[in-house]
Amino acid sequence: MSTAMPETIPYDEALNLFEPVFGLEVHVEMGTNSKMFCSCPTAFGGEPNTQVCPVCLGLPGSMPVVNRTAVESTIRIGLALNCTIAEWCRFARKNYFYPDMPKDYQISQYDEPLCSNGYLDVTVATVEGPKVVRVEIERVHMEEDTGKLTHAGGATGRIHGADYSLVDYNRAGIPLIEIVTKPVAGAGHLVADVAKAYVAELRDLMRALGVSDVRMEEGSLRCDVNLSLNKPGSPMGTRSETKNVNSLRSVERAVRSEVERQSALLTAGGRVVQETRHFHEDIGRSTSGRSKEQAEDYRYFPEPDLVPIAPSPAWIDELRSTLPELPSAKRSRLEAEWGITPFELATVVNAGALDLVEETIEAGVESAAARKWWTGELLRTANDQGIELADLPVTPAHIARVEALVADGSLNDKLARQVFEGVIAGEGDVDEVITSRGLAVVSDDAALLAAIDEALVAQPDVAEKIRSGKVQAAGAIVGAVMKSTRGQADAAKVRALLLDRLGVTEA
Amino acid sequence: MTAITRAEVAHLATLARLDLTETELDHYAQQLDVILQSVARVSEIASADIPATSHPLPLENVFRDDIARPCLDRAEVLAAAPAHEDDRFRVPRILDEELS
Amino acid sequence: MTIMGSDLTRQTAAVLAEAIRTGEASAAEVTQAHLDRISSVDERVHAFLHVDTEAALESARSVDTKRSSGEVLGPLAGVPLALKDVLTMRGVPTTCGSRMLENWRPPYDSSVVERLRAADIVILGKTNMDEFAMGSSTEHSAYGPSHNPWDLERIPGGSGGGSAAALAAFEAPLAIGTDTGGSIRQPAAVTGTVGVKPTYGGVPRYGLVALASSLDQAGPCARTVMDTALLHSIIAGYDPRDSTSINAPVPDVVAAAAKADVRGMRIGIVTELNGEGYQAGVAQRFRESLAILEHLGAEIIEVGCPSFEYALGAYYLILPSEASSNLARFDGMRYGLRVGDDGSHSVEQVMSLTREAGFGAEVKRRIMLGTYALSSGYYDAYYGSAQKVRTLIMRDFASAFESVDVLVSPTAPTTAFKIGEKIDDPLAMYLNDIATIPVNLAGNAAMSLPVGLAPEDGLPVGFQIMAPPMADDRLYLVGAALESALYDQWGHLLIEEAPAL
Repeated sequence: MSTAMPETIPYDEALNLFEPVFGLEVHVEMGTNSKMFCSCPTAFGGEPNTQVCPVCLGLPGSMPVVNRTAVESTIRIGLALNCTIAEWCRFARKNYFYPDMPKDYQISQYDEPLCSNGYLDVTVATVEGPKVVRVEIERVHMEEDTGKLTHAGGATGRIHGADYSLVDYNRAGIPLIEIVTKPVAGAGHLVADVAKAYVAELRDLMRALGVSDVRMEEGSLRCDVNLSLNKPGSPMGTRSETKNVNSLRSVERAVRSEVERQSALLTAGGRVVQETRHFHEDIGRSTSGRSKEQAEDYRYFPEPDLVPIAPSPAWIDELRSTLPELPSAKRSRLEAEWGITPFELATVVNAGALDLVEETIEAGVESAAARKWWTGELLRTANDQGIELADLPVTPAHIARVEALVADGSLNDKLARQVFEGVIAGEGDVDEVITSRGLAVVSDDAALLAAIDEALVAQPDVAEKIRSGKVQAAGAIVGAVMKSTRGQADAAKVRALLLDRLGVTEA
Repeated sequence: MTAITRAEVAHLATLARLDLTETELDHYAQQLDVILQSVARVSEIASADIPATSHPLPLENVFRDDIARPCLDRAEVLAAAPAHEDDRFRVPRILDEELS
Repeated sequence: MTIMGSDLTRQTAAVLAEAIRTGEASAAEVTQAHLDRISSVDERVHAFLHVDTEAALESARSVDTKRSSGEVLGPLAGVPLALKDVLTMRGVPTTCGSRMLENWRPPYDSSVVERLRAADIVILGKTNMDEFAMGSSTEHSAYGPSHNPWDLERIPGGSGGGSAAALAAFEAPLAIGTDTGGSIRQPAAVTGTVGVKPTYGGVPRYGLVALASSLDQAGPCARTVMDTALLHSIIAGYDPRDSTSINAPVPDVVAAAAKADVRGMRIGIVTELNGEGYQAGVAQRFRESLAILEHLGAEIIEVGCPSFEYALGAYYLILPSEASSNLARFDGMRYGLRVGDDGSHSVEQVMSLTREAGFGAEVKRRIMLGTYALSSGYYDAYYGSAQKVRTLIMRDFASAFESVDVLVSPTAPTTAFKIGEKIDDPLAMYLNDIATIPVNLAGNAAMSLPVGLAPEDGLPVGFQIMAPPMADDRLYLVGAALESALYDQWGHLLIEEAPAL
């Protein structure tokens, strides 16, 4: 690489000068049992080249057969994205040579996508509050994934400088959904946030539809980010395409770094080259791809080994009836039902606690308490253990029981935590833990008074301060009583008894 | 139809991954030109109102159920490979030296 | 009928199967007789690229074991067959006539091979062909041409010349061919044998190494119409592994071959393929055959198919386009030849060096042609227009079949030409397919059967019958009637006149 990196202009400054237009091509691996065109399993992490057959290895004579579930998943995504479903469409061959592609063509869709012309509304946070941006969808289509290359020899393990490469075709032929947006203009300073929010929304949608569990760390969602800048009032600028953007954070960073790079180029009187760039997760920016790729001519033509897909209205209706409540609708409903802000709901969603909180509320717990437990104490425990919230032994029913006991004064907050500790440690259900650990609020006034007297004797100087009217000193005695009762007392009650004992009233 | 040039033939050879010799380039430029002149007659009757046929059969919606089945034996698959290493197919380096 | 003491290689498949069923001859004896014949003549004919001697004998012996244990044998059990080297067979070399696949042994069986095995047919080996089925003479085989048993200086047709030559040289009574533009029918015509291209989708293509996916069709080859029908009924029928396979019952071709009756049938001569401009003896035998059919009770009608004159152009755009893509996978990465992997070349260079070395001249020519036709900027004028011509040809067929039951023509414009005669003139070579191509473009079924020798050169002439899609039985009805009338006329099958070698 001999070209020096151009200077960059800070993001916000750049967006004061230029208007950004972005587009995203998102590829998601579908969670089908078998591959797109053959019956090989799709499980991640198998021994190399053990999930292959004549079809996905492209052996001479082999032929593809379309996975019905993959088609249905694509139609369901199309419907969820408000797309038109094609009455008739075909697969096409995209011809180019690459060693990770067994047939040296990819079976994809070209000018006849299964779904087209939809939209997805995404919400981004701004200083003036949440803002809804509509991202228009150009098309949704199916295609097959490629094999996985490992670069060997050389110093870096990267493609540059490698002596040779090794190919595992387990991934070859896994069904991919490609979702392409129309150019999104007018996002201004929010462009990176909108791009990220769109991908996050798509991810949630895929999960809600059950078409993919979108494990980004396994590379099951991959983005290409197109971005151009233009002066206000000028036509759209030349765009770059940044590939290999494989996490939410990277989407944001790829947009930001490209805004900063292109603005610097344009400001210096240069021009943006229409090119493919590769994003590097480790350094948070992209480098220019090979110019050779621009010369590629894919020679698309209808795949002659497959027949057209012509979904009947009845089939589409049937698939429509299987759509669950979509994430955005669900969020709006829950914000209203729970009386919370989008930000508060986002906390729940990001914790992966939406369903748990919902079930807990259905079990009779107040919204605030349900959210407090799942996104607080329990989330910390789950994170510490490196597991999902849903995998904790605590259930919505447990929380409902604990909250009922807190409400009637049998438990306090501290004891409640100990109860959950016990449940998580496998000591039984809520009542079993309370019994075995002896966790109950001490409500016997005589016992509490004895403990108070003991504390006053132990700390005569504090007792004197309180008597002289320094009520704020009472905390030390209350603390000592809580300690001696192992937390099983109601602190407010202890305080009231203490002041009464000393004949002092609150200031 | 315009005649096909030698430069176009060389571009086609690159697209098709054929390392043609100079003699072959000359030879194919001349032959492809003759063949194309002949086959180009198809456009005489291919008017806009005629639909294109890509399949001789009027089949639609042919699918298989999403069921995973056993795969090929890896040893047998790799035995056919020109080179393999660590249970993977070994292929030459991807990038040209002058580009890396 | 008894075949004891006779030459087992001169019998029909039906007779051999009956002899094996009754125990008059063992499958092992029958197979050995054919292996011996191959040993004695194939050096001159070169029909086979690979003879699977041990496996053939073993499968023959297993048929004999089944019989002796009282199992009911299928209609062609124990009968030897020659398999075109374009169909995969697990563990057996499958070269497609190319250096590219010289040592490739597929890890799986094609549908056709599975069905042959299930029917207890004994596969003798793999037959020669033009490289990746591109050609009309087998001269484009990387392993040298096959020779026509009628005259060893001449071509046996192509691309399935090896299969046809094996039949005509009595090396096998049955063979499998594949027909993309005439590769079953033209070899049948020039070798005096019978070959059928079934309706597209009639025989599954799974395991057939694709030349042009929308045109390719495997089919049966034999020396009689009935043998062809028996083989047809074994290999045809739905297979879910081929998305273009027809999920419907196979027409009863065996019953049709047995019926052999054309009374009341309307037989159409295609004006554009009526024999004009064809070799004199070809045109003459064609006209004589029409007279016989008329005499047998058929009505002969002339119908026009005006778009057929554009068929050759459409075919030589569609075929190379699909082939350029189908043959991309031969890149030296996963199987087959690899050239130039010495550490100094990149993967792209190794792919290009491999394909340059592994493909012959005709394959490269067609890959280039197809790459061009699919290129952006040319797609509409070439590939797009060719697909429209395809529509017009289908319409011509549809309208013709409103007034006739079958269409007929000479199969090829000439009898077998000399090896080397057309090798440097691709256009002249392509013209061999002028009468056979329309059927592939439309997906119809068609048969070629021998109808005599051309008086001027004493070489076989083929007669083509074309039927609508899924009416393959009509081919056998007409073919068997004509074959039977000619048998009565000559007192033997035409193939009996072939040189003994």
